[in-house]
Amino acid sequence: MTTILQPDDAMIPGVSEPAKSRATRRVRGLSDRAIAWLFVAPTIALLLAINIFPLVWMIRLSFTSLNLSMSYLPLRFVGLDNFTDILTDEDVWIRLQTTAQFVISSVALQVVIGFGLALLINRQFRGHSFWTTMILLPMMLSPAVVGNFWTLLFQPQIGPFNYLISLFTGVPPSSFSMTGEVALAPWTIVLVDTWMWAPYVMLICLAGLRSIPDYIYEAAEVDRASAWRQFWSITLPMTVPFLMLAVLFRAIENFKMFDMVNLLTSGGPGSTTELVSITLKRAAFEKWRTGYSSALAIILFVTVFGAANIYVKVLNKVKQR
Amino acid sequence: MRRLKWLGGAVTSAVLGAAALVVTGGGEAAAQGKQLTLCWAAWDPANALVELGKDFTKQSGIEMKYEFVPWTSYADRFLNELNSHGKLCDLIIGDSQWIGGAAENKWYVKLNDFFDKEKISMDDFVQATVVGYSQWPKNSPNYWALPAMADAVGWTYRKDWFSRPEIQSAFKAKYGRDLAPPKTYDELKDIATFFQGREIDGKKVYGAYIFTERGSEGITMGVTNVLYNYGFSYDNPKKPYQMQGVVNSPEAAKGLEFYKELYKCCTAPGMTNAYMQEGLDAFKSGQVAMQMNWFAFFPGLYKDPNVGGDKIGFFVNPAGPNGHFTQLGGQGISVVATSDHKDDALAYIKWFAQPPVQQKWWQLGGYSALKAVVDAPDFPKSAAFAPQFLESMGIVKDFWAEPSYAQLLLDMQKRVHDYVVADKGTAQQALDLLVKDWTKVFKEQGKQVASQ
Repeated sequence: MTTILQPDDAMIPGVSEPAKSRATRRVRGLSDRAIAWLFVAPTIALLLAINIFPLVWMIRLSFTSLNLSMSYLPLRFVGLDNFTDILTDEDVWIRLQTTAQFVISSVALQVVIGFGLALLINRQFRGHSFWTTMILLPMMLSPAVVGNFWTLLFQPQIGPFNYLISLFTGVPPSSFSMTGEVALAPWTIVLVDTWMWAPYVMLICLAGLRSIPDYIYEAAEVDRASAWRQFWSITLPMTVPFLMLAVLFRAIENFKMFDMVNLLTSGGPGSTTELVSITLKRAAFEKWRTGYSSALAIILFVTVFGAANIYVKVLNKVKQR
Repeated sequence: MRRLKWLGGAVTSAVLGAAALVVTGGGEAAAQGKQLTLCWAAWDPANALVELGKDFTKQSGIEMKYEFVPWTSYADRFLNELNSHGKLCDLIIGDSQWIGGAAENKWYVKLNDFFDKEKISMDDFVQATVVGYSQWPKNSPNYWALPAMADAVGWTYRKDWFSRPEIQSAFKAKYGRDLAPPKTYDELKDIATFFQGREIDGKKVYGAYIFTERGSEGITMGVTNVLYNYGFSYDNPKKPYQMQGVVNSPEAAKGLEFYKELYKCCTAPGMTNAYMQEGLDAFKSGQVAMQMNWFAFFPGLYKDPNVGGDKIGFFVNPAGPNGHFTQLGGQGISVVATSDHKDDALAYIKWFAQPPVQQKWWQLGGYSALKAVVDAPDFPKSAAFAPQFLESMGIVKDFWAEPSYAQLLLDMQKRVHDYVVADKGTAQQALDLLVKDWTKVFKEQGKQVASQ
């Protein structure tokens, strides 16, 4: 490599003239494109090794009967059986519905709250920086930490959350369990996820709000537009692309949600909060159904990838308007 | 001169060093640099094993290193290690249900030749532990582990509460009998109902603590204690893998209904996803009158300054209308097939199997399965819970130990938790679905499953 980087006319001590000229010819022989490839090759090799190869391998495994807890059994090619099994399994569809409910509820709440916070933070007031930092704190925490401390907060006998609810409603604190009741648990995971990620939506919305030029508002003021009218005609339309971006990011993330929900409820009570990512983890690393779980992972990947693509196309259209 | 001084100093250092190593007993270890890694769960008995292992190092010169993982990730972590043919563990104390998969997949070294050579006889160990922890196929003379930690589900109760005159008279007035540790599940439910919500020493207490954990094995390890005693079996003893009408018999459904009733009537609020640790916390904080848990924790509970000693009592899992059994726990110790130190690992097992070592193991807080220890005349008096442990080991039943046990276990976790905690469907429907799940798993495994 050092030889290649030597300038054409540099003297290289200890290197004979014919050798030097060969090296020079090689440097001259490399096109810009070849040099570019030379630089990106290690990255591509790394990507191939840790992303593409496992993906291809997973696709291959999804057509087999491989179960790692019974690796002594001969590996059989089962065609589309794993895919058929998954798509005809009522439980999988219920898990997908649970996931969709979680994604829609949590993202909707995060957008409303995040946007509201962004509108508040966008104004100048005393302690502005302090409150901005405070609001951003939850999203800086690890989901594992969030899951664990909310579990303690929700503990029916000693958790402050139940006492707080009791204070406002008069319901005895130990008479309900946020993570253990079928009616409450799905809302509990939405609540915690919103608490953690609404600040992230707020940040994106804030970027959108700050990108609106002041002169538009000044023109509206001259036209005597009310604050409400300014919000509907200027603020909201001009931040819609940012809101849509926030929805995209959060929806993809929540579709994959695992850690926080696993710590809060383990998918329970029963299977009430078992998101499809938990089903996948159980199939792959607890039941060791490698072939089946590879097929499930592919189905989920295609679903998210397809939905995200359609969404991005819509987003681009909105931007163009 | 300078060279001589250096030589003299070196000789002196060497002599002093050698003397120090002999005194500390670590001479051979340092000299040979041998080390073994033992993998197990992170719990009270593991600390006892570390203490015990010091004797092995002293004798053999082999250093012991330990890899202890919390119970909630114990199976995931080590099955992953075994599946990937990792070299982390030389010795593993694996759960009883792993034995089928470990034998079929050749994760463990088969110990028959070694036992023959070292004159270690499986007849010297409690029969239930040999079948449960060592044999695969079950009841065949093929040994893959040495019984290491005998364990079963038992119960603790607040002896001090039970003995209070005002509580005794109130109980007698209500149920017409003396308040005593229950012999049957109906009695247990009466006592749990009696204590539920009662105020003791100005504090509201609850009836019973039972396993309800969803993620790993908790609710299954709890509910089976009731199911076995109501008539549940895993399959027809005459027709292996025939589960229809056995797993989901009307009697089994009644047992499942009973477990749900017990959960609804008599447990503390919020116990919707609780296993060993939550039970220990509930009992130690004086919240519950009775606690279901593994015997492995009882030495620690007995020593507890708040609820141990005279305040705690122990009883065997109560009987049901159709039998008297309890869930087997515990593990055997095995040599990992991919280990580079198999000979040293076998030397550890040989050392561990010796009666004096087993005796010390029991004294330190481990549970020996060696008959010489547990059948000794003074054994029942050696600990407050020893008689109950001995009785329990005579009535144990274990979950499936098939290579596909993880799938079978997770299916049961789901069906039982759905019914007991999430109020989904009926007990009969839950068990019918379980039969369907298990049939599918066995068919995938290539087993012939008879429908009737």
